[in-house]
Amino acid sequence: MSAGLSAADPGRGPRDSGPGGGPQGSAPGPGGSPGRGGSGPVRGTLLLVALGVVLDLLASRWLMAQVPRWLPPQASTAAPLVDRLFALEAGIGCFLLLGCTAVMAWTLLFDRADKYDRDDGDPIEGNLKLEITWTVIPLVVVLLIAAEAIRVNGQLASLGGKVRVAGAAEALRLVGVDGIEGVAPWGSEASPLEAGADALRSPNLPRRFSMLRQKTSSGSGLPPASSSGAADTDTAAELGPIVVIARQWSWQFVYPDGVRSAELHLPVNRPVRFRLVSLDVLHGFSIPAFRLRQDVVPGSVIDYRLTPSREGRYRLRDSLFSGAYFAANQSDVVVESEESFDRWRQAARLSPLAPSPNAAAELWRQRQERGNRGWATVPPAPPPLVNVPLDPNAAHEG
Amino acid sequence: MSTTPIPFDPRALRAPHPVPGAPDNWRRFFTFNTDAKVIGIQYIALALLFLLAGGLLAMIMRGELITPPADLVDPSVYNGLYTMHGTVMLFLFLFPILNGFNNLLIPPMIGAPDMAFPRLNALAFWMFPVFGLVLMASFLVPGGPSSSGWWAYPPLSTQNPLGLLVNGQFLWILAVAISGVSSILGAVNFCTTIIRMRAPGMGWFRMPIFCWTALAAQTIQLAGLPVLTAGAVMLLFDLSFGTSFFRPEGGGDPMLYQHFFWFYSHPAVYVMVLPVFGFFSEIFPVYARKPLFGYHVVAIASFGIVLLSLIVWVHHMFTSGTPQWMRHLFMVTTMLIAVPTGIKVFAWIATLWRGKLWLTTAMLFAMGGVFNFIFAGITGIMLATVPVDVHVGNTYFVVGHFHTVIFSTITFGVYAAIYHWFPKFTGRMLYEGLGKVHFLLTFVGAQLNFLPMHWAGLMGMPRRVASYDPEFALANVLASLGAFLLGVAMIPFLLNLVSSWARGAPAPANPWQAIGLEWLLPSPPPAENFEHDVPTVISGPYGYGLGHPLVADQERYEARLKEA
Repeated sequence: MSAGLSAADPGRGPRDSGPGGGPQGSAPGPGGSPGRGGSGPVRGTLLLVALGVVLDLLASRWLMAQVPRWLPPQASTAAPLVDRLFALEAGIGCFLLLGCTAVMAWTLLFDRADKYDRDDGDPIEGNLKLEITWTVIPLVVVLLIAAEAIRVNGQLASLGGKVRVAGAAEALRLVGVDGIEGVAPWGSEASPLEAGADALRSPNLPRRFSMLRQKTSSGSGLPPASSSGAADTDTAAELGPIVVIARQWSWQFVYPDGVRSAELHLPVNRPVRFRLVSLDVLHGFSIPAFRLRQDVVPGSVIDYRLTPSREGRYRLRDSLFSGAYFAANQSDVVVESEESFDRWRQAARLSPLAPSPNAAAELWRQRQERGNRGWATVPPAPPPLVNVPLDPNAAHEG
Repeated sequence: MSTTPIPFDPRALRAPHPVPGAPDNWRRFFTFNTDAKVIGIQYIALALLFLLAGGLLAMIMRGELITPPADLVDPSVYNGLYTMHGTVMLFLFLFPILNGFNNLLIPPMIGAPDMAFPRLNALAFWMFPVFGLVLMASFLVPGGPSSSGWWAYPPLSTQNPLGLLVNGQFLWILAVAISGVSSILGAVNFCTTIIRMRAPGMGWFRMPIFCWTALAAQTIQLAGLPVLTAGAVMLLFDLSFGTSFFRPEGGGDPMLYQHFFWFYSHPAVYVMVLPVFGFFSEIFPVYARKPLFGYHVVAIASFGIVLLSLIVWVHHMFTSGTPQWMRHLFMVTTMLIAVPTGIKVFAWIATLWRGKLWLTTAMLFAMGGVFNFIFAGITGIMLATVPVDVHVGNTYFVVGHFHTVIFSTITFGVYAAIYHWFPKFTGRMLYEGLGKVHFLLTFVGAQLNFLPMHWAGLMGMPRRVASYDPEFALANVLASLGAFLLGVAMIPFLLNLVSSWARGAPAPANPWQAIGLEWLLPSPPPAENFEHDVPTVISGPYGYGLGHPLVADQERYEARLKEA
């Protein structure tokens, strides 16, 4: 391989005819581009370009049809909207990538200099019409995509309001959940609750509440979690609010009737409202089969809505890095029929509270057995006390 | 090192910077040297060492991820490795190596003898080993290095499990802050040099595109870095001194940090990619033997990118509880970046069109880089789209996307630049054969490594995980194989650099018949470049095939090169 190189190098080195390569480079050389002048070849070129565009369109159509194969099942009303938008972008992107690649491949095949050819190419310095075209077309394309995305976003409307709180205890009190392992109960003297209560009395807090109030039709701020779903609904069928409690490293779901679960059970085709609470660091509430994700922010209680649309068991993952056992911080969403969901809830009410199996706690135990080797981390919070534990061996679909 | 003396231009031998074959020349690299060319090589050499360190971390990570469970290293160790991988690659490899190219290229390209503030320049460089050492030292402190990701989002980053004052996170913040100061000093220098020290006749629109992009990138540094550095200082106070800037219990808000962080750290990508756009714009005309298509628009588009880059940062926070109107606003601004970048991409492709392509290693890396960049641009538009980002944000789709930018575009561009300008600044030719092997392995390795990541992300695999569900196994095996291939690709590269510098063929002044002031200097250039004989520029850059000279009395400068 170096033989070809060493043959080429002397050819480059001694030639010092000056930048620009002399006048012979400025005129289109006779050997430069055969067959690209005259009207016949122009028609040929146009035909070739048209053929290329058609092939490119076909390939992009084909790629768009492949998109569902790259994605998990569509298990919420959001999923088809998101997937359609993604497929549209994949199609446009494929068209562009193939088009640009085809031109680059063409130059690689047909515009290569011969081994000892040191001439210059056609000295084309620009083309105003072309430059305007490739400024305006991408501008229009991205603005159209943005307009479509804004429209889809309006349909999703999953994000409700957000209320600022001063820490975990205040967040729990705001959503009406008490008795969480490792967090001081409401009545405790030494808890940061006092600070929280002061903050609740502070004059600027009602303004913060109003933000959420606009988003809920009840007009009464955050409804207590113990009220049944019917109390604060946009539609009579809305379930919730289900309080989602994220911590290092477990998920806990508290239903309006007080049922606590380490798995999220939802009835199919019924809108559901969540209040997302983090007790320590940032977490991400992410269900890929729903195509939905929302950060869970310490110091904020976030209102969130979605509608599951397909029965099955799907993964719920922590999507925002939360420390040592972040990867193990997974749970499942079980979407089931209304009857099945009611039966589950009845059974759950009768089950005693017990610690759920918890992957982080298990990993931490193993680490202690190995002599606590590894880099520093906070220990996991105690596994949540729940009526329904997580089934770590259940198969999930997506 | 070769012992045979090489007949260099006598001006080059008087230079205080290293000349291959000259006695003791390597020692000059370890001094507080104020010559921009020494500083440039210091930056590049040290940055390449850190590339090896960061690459090693990446390979341990890919070893961990080749199987679904966390079985190679403890999850806490994995978190530290990925945090340090990102930090090393950004702050110890890419920023420094690009500053190295700024040092090497800006003065000769504009005909300046040196940087505007040579001592400030040396100071900025010598902060680099300091913060490099501080960051590396964090591996040795109790509890290990920072393991909160290179974003260092609080409250995770301020948890401090061992309660020690000097911990990995503390050293990490310190290193980032020093790096910020160093980069600001560098930016002052680069901007001043480009604005004030151009050769006579070199108006703005006769300036090479690399200088345009360097100026654009350094403008971002000046505008954005103070914000990040301030955010880092606040984080340090929250971590070590009990303040509550970002702590909800004390009335702070973790969201505030995210704004500080991304206000700079998104534009930071443009700080890295803009000079690489400059490399592409320099390299394509040389090896396509054509003028750069639409030079004026390409030049101005750099500043279009600067302007937009400062108003897009919230696209990293679409799911942070950001209100809908803000999501829509930042989605539109982000998408608009496609316009100036699209202008550049189309201009490069048009430059290739009907050219006379020389497929040197530099050209291959540049063309490969542009191909990868188009792909990354498309996935970038997808990520800018709020509903799509809600699904794939914080998944491996993002990891695939930004590695296609950071590695397959920016690092490809850096490689292209190394192959293109190595002869100019070392006086030695690189071996093209080894270079092409390096290109082939790198191109294949990059696709194998980063393409499957997109798929894993679409399926829902979160980024930053030490273990994952079995359905992601295939994508991860492929990615790991690609990563190891990239590791292998370093072998011909390093072999090439070391052996060429030691005993490569002496480089002529203008091995690529390129047009530009730096190619009117001997290889390597003398200490003060043109010294007192700075040429007067009489035409724009990239006059390939136009047949007019770049500078007045061009024959005289060329004759002098031949005499040497």
